[in-house]
Amino acid sequence: MIKLEGLTKVFKGHNIPAVKDLNLEVNEGDVCVLVGPSGCGKTTTMKMINRLYEPTGGKIYIRDEDVLQMDPIKLRLDIGYVIQEIGLFPHMTIYENIATVPNEKQWPKDQVKEKVDNVMSLVGLDPEIFKNRYPSALSGGQRQRVGVARAMVSDPPIMLMDEPFGAVDPITRARLQNEFLRIQERVDKTIVFVTHDIDEAIKMSDTIAVMREGELVQHATPSDLLSAPADEFVSNLVGRNRSIKRLHLIRVSEILEEVDRAPALKEDTKEEEVKKRLDESDIRTVIVVDRDNKLKGVIGVNDLKRKTGEVAGDYFQEVSDTVTDDATLNDALSVMLEIGEGYVAVVNEDEKYQGTITLGDLLNVVREDS
Amino acid sequence: MDQLLGMAFDVFRAAGNGIESIAQAGDRGIIAHTIDYISRRSDLILELMLEHLWLVVLTLIIAVTISVTVGIIISYYESFAQTVLGICQVLMVIPSMAMLAFMVPLFGIGFTTGVVALVLYSLLPVVRNTYTGIRELDPAIVEAAKGMGMTERRILFKIKIPLARPVIMAGVRTAAVMMIGIAAIAAYVGAGGLGELIFSGISRGHQPMIIAGAIGVSIIAIAFDYLFYYGEKRFSVEGSTREGN
Repeated sequence: MIKLEGLTKVFKGHNIPAVKDLNLEVNEGDVCVLVGPSGCGKTTTMKMINRLYEPTGGKIYIRDEDVLQMDPIKLRLDIGYVIQEIGLFPHMTIYENIATVPNEKQWPKDQVKEKVDNVMSLVGLDPEIFKNRYPSALSGGQRQRVGVARAMVSDPPIMLMDEPFGAVDPITRARLQNEFLRIQERVDKTIVFVTHDIDEAIKMSDTIAVMREGELVQHATPSDLLSAPADEFVSNLVGRNRSIKRLHLIRVSEILEEVDRAPALKEDTKEEEVKKRLDESDIRTVIVVDRDNKLKGVIGVNDLKRKTGEVAGDYFQEVSDTVTDDATLNDALSVMLEIGEGYVAVVNEDEKYQGTITLGDLLNVVREDS
Repeated sequence: MDQLLGMAFDVFRAAGNGIESIAQAGDRGIIAHTIDYISRRSDLILELMLEHLWLVVLTLIIAVTISVTVGIIISYYESFAQTVLGICQVLMVIPSMAMLAFMVPLFGIGFTTGVVALVLYSLLPVVRNTYTGIRELDPAIVEAAKGMGMTERRILFKIKIPLARPVIMAGVRTAAVMMIGIAAIAAYVGAGGLGELIFSGISRGHQPMIIAGAIGVSIIAIAFDYLFYYGEKRFSVEGSTREGN
């Protein structure tokens, strides 16, 4: 889909090339993450793809078409572009911001409206609430969503993303990453993604291109990169705790399929049954759900002693945090550490209970790998 | 509007106080004389005020058109910018009398000379504010616009100018108020306006005439300043704050 051949960029007044003889191929529907320390040329490489920078040498092909022969404006209109600073237009409403590319393409008004509404719902912003707001009235995470929506609205086959989740706090970042992966599963874009965060790279990518001083050091799938780093630089980059990094690669939903744990209890389950289940449970805790399978809370051994009642609904206490089924095992681990428990409940998009993951499950995964 | 009238009264009162001290030397009834003069010659004063206003408005239109264009051009050609701003700076520090005198051999005596001199004077604030207003925009905003496929022309009109507008308008406001004062001096080269009243008052030793002219100029200046102030408030909607990120 995207092919870079011998790509070189030397900035005016510099002797050392920012990018040197880079060869890289990104397949259709893949997320290719360019990763490396700052100044390694990853952003420069990305900006040459939509010709914000003109290459000094080499070729760029998109679907076998020579990018350097194309009209840069036309080229950019068909490539989604997200940057870390987002660059929302402060004098325009969220609607106007997102409608930028369709307006440049002079789509009919009602089509623009429909597309903007769709893409806003896709990134989790209610159009009715946010449409007429200005960027200054949004939180950092919401602005990032608008930035992504603005890049995706005209459904470009290719997207370039330069540290798109870099400017938000770690919790919001993990949430945005998971959401983005969920969206990507549905829309299947070809994405070039730039980051300096190797954990993010491992999590987001189909392939990782490690760069150093303008050169491509290794281009491999995340799992190959972890098991067979090309040289010392790459192995230093991925770090020592590679088994922990593997947790980024596996989704909670994959583990849920493997572990066989007793189902959650309904609110009206009798006390004796609750007791029985608590005894059988490996984590000494049972999950309580309502009639619609929505998570209500958990019952631990102490809860039964402390409170009086007849059914499960009388005993449970609420849980402080959960993970969604598209989260990674690493996300699950951080939630467990945060709530200080050896397990975490998994819910889906609609808050329906999916299962429970324990610390033991994570240990099994790490053990299998090493 | 009430505020405006209130301001005007303040000016009258302040002017009155000042005059009283001048008048202590001799004629005690100068305020009465001035009021008498203004009421007697109100048609002339009004006419001169309108003339003054016309001179300022015409100059402002020409000056803003030129300055904004120049400001935009030099925002693209960084190497020019300092030279152009330097020239504007020099133009502004030339004393107004001298500037008018320079213009006479070129344009003769009359309205045109006044307009040209005033235009040259008011270049700097608007050129500088246009230039800095555009240059100091968040580069991420411009990069995002470019990366999404907007043409340079569209970026200028849809992004850069609207975002720099508050800064540009501040420059226009400065230029306008400054110009109203200097326009009074332009009467010296026959450009008309309230300066005529002041100058003939001086040459005739007719104090009420000078004061009436000065009051007229002050009213126009204050009215303009208020107009711009409210205009800016009106136009700057919630989202127009310069920084969104």
